Amino acid sequence: MSGALYEQLILMPDYFRGHLLLTIAAMSGSIAISIPLGIWAAQSPRVKQPLLAVVSIVQTFPSLAILALMVALLGGKIGFLPAFLALTMYSMLPIVRNTVTGLESIPPDIVEAARGIGMTSRQILLKVRLPLALPIIIAGIRTAMVWTVGLATLSTLVGATSFGNYIFTGIQTRNLLAITVGSLASALMAVTLDAIIGGIQWLAENDETTATKQKVKLTKRLLSGATLALVAITVVTFLPKPKPDFIIGSKAFTEQYILAGLLAETLTQAGFRVEKRTGLGSDIAFDATRTGNIDLYMEYSGTLWANHMDKEGNPGREAIREQTMAYVDEQGMVSVGPSGFQNLYAFAMRRDRAEELGIKTIEDLVPVASQLVCGGDLEFFGRPEWIRVRDLYSLDFDKKLTFDAALMYNAVNDRQVDLITAYSTDGRVAAYDLVIIEDPRNALLPYDGLYLASQKAANTPGFLEAMAPLVNGIPDEVMREANKVVDVDGRSISEAVDVLLEHIAGENAD
Amino acid sequence: MITLENVCKSYGADGPLAVDDVSLTINEGEIIGLIGESGCGKTTTLKMINRLEEPTSGSIIVNGKDVREQDPVELRRGIGYVFQGIGLFPHYSIGRNVSAVPELLGWPAEEARERAEEVLTLVGLAPDEYRDRRPTELSGGQQQRVGVARALAARPELLLMDEPFGALDPITRGELQDEFLRIQRSLNLTVIMVTHDMTEALLMADRIAVMKSGRILQFGTPKELLRSPAHEFVQQMIQLPKKRADSLEKLMGDAEV
Repeated sequence: MSGALYEQLILMPDYFRGHLLLTIAAMSGSIAISIPLGIWAAQSPRVKQPLLAVVSIVQTFPSLAILALMVALLGGKIGFLPAFLALTMYSMLPIVRNTVTGLESIPPDIVEAARGIGMTSRQILLKVRLPLALPIIIAGIRTAMVWTVGLATLSTLVGATSFGNYIFTGIQTRNLLAITVGSLASALMAVTLDAIIGGIQWLAENDETTATKQKVKLTKRLLSGATLALVAITVVTFLPKPKPDFIIGSKAFTEQYILAGLLAETLTQAGFRVEKRTGLGSDIAFDATRTGNIDLYMEYSGTLWANHMDKEGNPGREAIREQTMAYVDEQGMVSVGPSGFQNLYAFAMRRDRAEELGIKTIEDLVPVASQLVCGGDLEFFGRPEWIRVRDLYSLDFDKKLTFDAALMYNAVNDRQVDLITAYSTDGRVAAYDLVIIEDPRNALLPYDGLYLASQKAANTPGFLEAMAPLVNGIPDEVMREANKVVDVDGRSISEAVDVLLEHIAGENAD
Repeated sequence: MITLENVCKSYGADGPLAVDDVSLTINEGEIIGLIGESGCGKTTTLKMINRLEEPTSGSIIVNGKDVREQDPVELRRGIGYVFQGIGLFPHYSIGRNVSAVPELLGWPAEEARERAEEVLTLVGLAPDEYRDRRPTELSGGQQQRVGVARALAARPELLLMDEPFGALDPITRGELQDEFLRIQRSLNLTVIMVTHDMTEALLMADRIAVMKSGRILQFGTPKELLRSPAHEFVQQMIQLPKKRADSLEKLMGDAEV
């Protein structure tokens, strides 16, 4: 087996268990709520319309938004619970709707016959209406199941482990193998679970009077085989699983994945047991650390300044670093120290394009900006800094397009956009020979990497000592080199972590 | 004995009367035909007897007690009912359809099963062949035999039938009518049968109630109806079978010559 594939497959047990348990829990919750609701709605027209409207509206919400809302409603709690609640809500519509449709589709003469021979309303429901509606209800459950398996991949973004970890890490680190493994695993799980329910349905509708003995036997065997396999795999993933000392978080881009790897490796070497929750949303990582759901991650001073402290000015790199570190401590976390590098937003352009237009600073952009297309990451044009750039330079572009960070660099390199809001430590700036456009009016904020730790982690003996070599341990060019290993050379996160570890070891040896 | 006294039924507070002041006294072992056009109130009258519908006023006495003083579920389990649309449960086997009421009454499983075989035999379906099959595998005539078997399974003394032979082809209908009369006599069943087919009513019923717009126009034996129809509508109703019988007779006479 190739090393790259092996590196992905060793992650499988955790992701598999997370994905399966999340799916099964959400489906169980959804079935337990939706079928009684559907029954209620089928009996009472007054309930039916509003109920179907509400579950349909939930469905029209973007699934990612529901996940984020759940985290907010739970006061910043991340992980299994918000993902479970969001997926449960999201999978209700097909089950409720099919329960109502199924119950309403029972021919009235059969219901009247049931009443006429002396069944109570309850007996009519349990002995006649539900069994006859069952195929339609199960069809709804199958639809919901396939959706839920797919949507569970998104729960990675709120810190629940799933096959989404493969996919999001893969997208951010341009690791096609990880994306493929995650997608295939998720598809395979969807097909298997769907087949299990389909088999149960078939067995419920057929017995040896309506199908051949062999077919019934075969279906029973396949069904118990598949179920047993799922249970066995799940049990195995549970076996050796000591509780971690620290949980390390990361946001969803290459530098963050590498940093999470570095933090995990450093603490592991110091004798701690760690677990990673990578690929979190920006606010989610911060809130999770404040509430102690995560023990350690790296945040940027500019993000804290603009997004969390709602500050508008730019008093300079040092001042912002000091003030944001103080803010972190006020919020009940502990700022362990700066990383040494800063990863700031900077406008970047292909060298040939910059020369053609004669652009060195943002001021040079002003006269031509109305003919330029600028690409930004998912956040930039919504951040206060863009407002500052716009206002300080009286600058606006013809078009502003938002991209996933990984795709943005391709876009500028392929001339699909004229310039992008690059990250200064990104390896692709050098690899694609992009020119950083200077910012003489200091509109763009400084972005020092800061290690944020939970109170609990900071109080753990040995933690701060283990972290000490990392404080101010990574200069800009080393971080850029590590990012390049992943983003340009297409090598793994762990190889990039090695670049950082080597540098830190070298420094300490001196 | 079953008595209906001044029974009225209206849907909604000020709605027209679907059943208008109906009074009937039915003796044990009698077959009563309730006949009239669609919407005349005959089915509503039938359904009020086992409380599938509630009368607006008047009283209905079954088992010596007003039905409104009896638990509707218990009442229905004690009365056989053959439905217009047959209404077999498609997810039950034939055997289970037939033993549905004994099962509801809590009979021991073995007894319910034996009884199901007994009534299947009674309606002319070999239990070994039909017990495990599903309703959809049966022809319309066979399904209605099962419908009758289901109605008889818990040994009721009263049987309500809502156009039981309406959907069958003429040959099957004739066969089933004859067999039903045989069964009815052997069990001494009291039967109230809704129909819109005057021939069927004349040939099967001991007494016939002709209904129109919720009222009973005439209640009497087939002979009384044929000899002295009390109303122009009754006259019309019996005209058609009479005419057909006459032309048939003429045709047979011609054929013999």
